[in-house]
Amino acid sequence: MERKTKVNAEDGKQELVITREFDLPVDLLFRAYVEPEIVEQWMGTKVLKLENKKHGGWHFETSDASGKVVFEASGTIHEFVPDQKITRTFEMENAPFPAQLEFLVFEPLTDDTSKLSMHIVYKSVALRDQMMQMGFAPGLNMAHNRLQTIVSKLK
Amino acid sequence: MNLRRDVFQAIADPTRRAILLLVASQAMTAGAIASNFDTARPTVSKHLQILTECELLEQKQNGREIYYHINAKKMKAVADFIEPFRQMWDDRFNKLEAIMKKYKSKK
Repeated sequence: MERKTKVNAEDGKQELVITREFDLPVDLLFRAYVEPEIVEQWMGTKVLKLENKKHGGWHFETSDASGKVVFEASGTIHEFVPDQKITRTFEMENAPFPAQLEFLVFEPLTDDTSKLSMHIVYKSVALRDQMMQMGFAPGLNMAHNRLQTIVSKLK
Repeated sequence: MNLRRDVFQAIADPTRRAILLLVASQAMTAGAIASNFDTARPTVSKHLQILTECELLEQKQNGREIYYHINAKKMKAVADFIEPFRQMWDDRFNKLEAIMKKYKSKK
């Protein structure tokens, strides 16, 4: 598949920008971020709370087969403009990483294509680099195989 | 498998990245790690072996059990970490796109 995802992480900065163009209308791209049932499918995590509004909060958790929680993250939504933008914080529970700030901008390119920009700001340069090295990012996708199963079921 | 073991090879694989993410949150036994994947247990063991050979994971004995820990020093040694990070997001967004296309076609 063509690589459409770009990461811009300048040396010595505590931020990075991820951009991606989708073969989806912007409203469909936005839905993937707001409907808990869909978020659960592509992020492979359980959505405990997702309040899509200013002052709203979100809370995701992933459990292993025995029901033990192996990943938990939460944050607050600061801006919510349908089909345009979401500004939110992200913090992992029980992990030595402080909260990060995320600016998500959704733009239509054509009627059938759209673009997402994620601007993520970390507490420090060292923390940004560490998060990238670990492959850490908002909405961890650890249940990779499970997600593939879901996708193939939808086919 | 008789491939050269290096960190780039180790983190190029989505399942191994998932294992690293899992173990980064807390040290875990092989059984606990395997329970997070639909993959057969021997396959997960192979991934753990590769990650350990690359020194991305360390084994520590705790009573009768062996726990896998993340080796943060080795992770820092990964010089060009942007590409694996980009690939991870690319994979994730590819899935989002595939899923949303199904939603679209259902309409």
